[in-house]
Amino acid sequence: MSTDAMLSAVAAGPAAPKRRRMSTSRILLIIAGTLIGLSLVHLLTGADDVTSQGAIQAALQAAVPIGLAGLGGLWSERAGVVNIGLEGQMILGTWFGAWGSLNYGPWVGLLIGIAGGAIGGLLHALATVTFGVDHIISGVAITLLAPGITRYLSFIVWGSGGATQSPALKPDQTVPRVSVPFVDKLAGLEKHHWFLVSDLAGVLRGLLVDVSLVTVLAVLLIVGTGLVLWRSPFGLRVRSVGEDPRAAESLGINVYKYKYYGVVISGAMAGLGGVYLSTVSSVIFREGQTGGRGYIGLAAMIFGNWRPGGLALGASLFGYTDALQLRRGSESVHALLILVGALLLALAVWEFVRRNTVVGVAAGVLGILSYVIYFTVDKIPTALVQATPYITVLVVLALAAQRLRMPAADGKTYRRGG
Amino acid sequence: MSAGTTTASPPPFWRRIDPAKLLPQLIAPVAALLLAAVISWIALSLTGKDAAQAFSDMLDFGTQPDSIVEILNKASEYYIAAVAVAIGFKMGLFNIGVEGQSKIGAFMAGALASASFMSWMPGSLRIVLIIVVAAIVGAIWASIAALLKTQRGVSEVISTLMLNAIAGQVVTWLLNDHWGVQQPGAQIKTTGVLPESSWMPGLPIVSGTDQKVLGFLAIAAVLGVVYWFTINRTRFGFDLRATGYNPFAATASGVSAKKMVITAMVISGAIGGLVNLPRMLGETHTYTEGFGGIGFTGIAVALLGRNHPVGMALGAILWGFLARSQLILDLDGIPKEIVVIMQGVAVLSVVVAYELANRIGRRAQQKRVGAATAAPVGSAPLATASEESK
Repeated sequence: MSTDAMLSAVAAGPAAPKRRRMSTSRILLIIAGTLIGLSLVHLLTGADDVTSQGAIQAALQAAVPIGLAGLGGLWSERAGVVNIGLEGQMILGTWFGAWGSLNYGPWVGLLIGIAGGAIGGLLHALATVTFGVDHIISGVAITLLAPGITRYLSFIVWGSGGATQSPALKPDQTVPRVSVPFVDKLAGLEKHHWFLVSDLAGVLRGLLVDVSLVTVLAVLLIVGTGLVLWRSPFGLRVRSVGEDPRAAESLGINVYKYKYYGVVISGAMAGLGGVYLSTVSSVIFREGQTGGRGYIGLAAMIFGNWRPGGLALGASLFGYTDALQLRRGSESVHALLILVGALLLALAVWEFVRRNTVVGVAAGVLGILSYVIYFTVDKIPTALVQATPYITVLVVLALAAQRLRMPAADGKTYRRGG
Repeated sequence: MSAGTTTASPPPFWRRIDPAKLLPQLIAPVAALLLAAVISWIALSLTGKDAAQAFSDMLDFGTQPDSIVEILNKASEYYIAAVAVAIGFKMGLFNIGVEGQSKIGAFMAGALASASFMSWMPGSLRIVLIIVVAAIVGAIWASIAALLKTQRGVSEVISTLMLNAIAGQVVTWLLNDHWGVQQPGAQIKTTGVLPESSWMPGLPIVSGTDQKVLGFLAIAAVLGVVYWFTINRTRFGFDLRATGYNPFAATASGVSAKKMVITAMVISGAIGGLVNLPRMLGETHTYTEGFGGIGFTGIAVALLGRNHPVGMALGAILWGFLARSQLILDLDGIPKEIVVIMQGVAVLSVVVAYELANRIGRRAQQKRVGAATAAPVGSAPLATASEESK
């Protein structure tokens, strides 16, 4: 057996059960089901912003930073280091991305923002890998430190008036946007509000028209992460130190080095997510811009069972709920309760059939609650619309968390020869 | 242990202190704070500011009587938050949700106590009511995270962070759409001003100023003592620490991990619910959305003070000093934001320093045990070793 073949055994983890991986057909089924569900909601309630181009575009823009933070979490946790500092690294990304873009143009700005996040990752690696500090504590400390750094730098660079925000980026200081030709012509179809057809047109326009190149890059990074981590020797080594560092060490892997790689790449991804927030979703750095998206990204990764495909699905879900607040959210969230209630009740039935009573009851109660709210109020208060992504995260994790398997040595401090 | 072999009384506490282990633990925070000062010094110098001037101004301003009052006020808030966090930390449970628990606890208590149907209640009883309600609401909010962890395996780190955001929005919604009152001339809504009979009196303990320290400081101090006693002198505290050191051994000795998670989280949340009360009872007399941010400071203070009741008190006072004395910097044209960097660096370097101190202490101990066990034949090496390793 070659070293890498033995490593594969290590990286597969303890008693890896039958892989329940996302097959292409399953993903297509989920996408089709979601689209039909949203179309039904649109039809039943007349809430146009459930599938309008604007809503889908906003959802995509909200999903990308969450997905990038999730990718950051994936790289780090696959190497066995929990990275709660993603939020802090994202904050560094927002500032350095905006500063770099203002001074050196969009592409260099992008790199500077990524580097800012990577430095945050390096700090986390230094504390957790070299000094053996508890991963959560180090992550929290970095998240406490990052806003201090950016606030000081803002003050120094943009003066006392700009302590909490940067000047706005000019159009030539942001990464260009592209469109797939002819898709925008579907606007005519969208206007008719035909069941499914107009919804599909809205979704396609939202996803394919006026898309920032950074969004394209983010999608490529999700695919690329999957390929590198699961199809290359480098990725194999990273995963092996996250599953069983002692076994990896015994096979000649420098465990510390690969943990450093994982955590620094993690910070870089979170940094890119931050750059996205300050230069693509908006054109300004603002304090508190990340709004906990680093943590939501981590939740998306957990929801996705520490895999890029599932992570993308989680990021889309959380991104969609995050974007609702931007466009007539009170109406959309209210309308979506129909769909949420139906899904929860279906889940309740399914869990009862599988004799999983606790989850069944929980899902059933939440499902009924959704309908009670739907029929008793007409609009969800704005403040609660803003809470929607966080509530979604909690409900989704509560209903999904136990079928997941994280890397076996995740979150454990490794001491060489210890 | 059988009765026959344990006739000797335990050694007095000073014999149980191991200087080789304790010294690094004491040097660690000092070294970390020095590092934080040096890094801020460098950051100030690099940007062309006079660091020496900044530090001496901060010291001058921060030691004036008025400042000391404010430092103690801030410290009592920070301390309560730190104790709430520390209870979780003691068993390896991360309650990052003190922020949310403090908001929703104070808000609910404030709203209830200032409601018109409560006007019959005598003032002092209302103070008790506020404290109890805030603690219960904080505990309930934290128990969501506890149940999600024990029943569904959701990490408390994620769930408490989400609950922070949700608590903030729920409070905003209830305050602005339902229970809030706008005082004449005010821009924002609050929960309505408490009747003067239930304002908590201040403590005139700082001489040289008319200002009084918030009365809740006394409760914070009592809380510290109760925390120390619970952790070190009760069965629950023992189980808590045992679960933190080695969950498997604790489970094997009959401690229910699930029960510990729920109990610790509920207590932590109850204390977390109190965090905003010093100001609410003694200064603002109403809940405003200006409350916030202290939950995260509590994490920093707990880390700084190593979950020790005295260490956290020192940390809370230090943080209070930094928060107060930074105000003078803007007058000097020095960005007061430098203090946030100082705090961040201090927290990060203090956790690294404690970890290093642990290692050094452990290595020194191992060396001595090794030397003792390798002693000449006939000196009962095993007995010595077990004595040393306590």
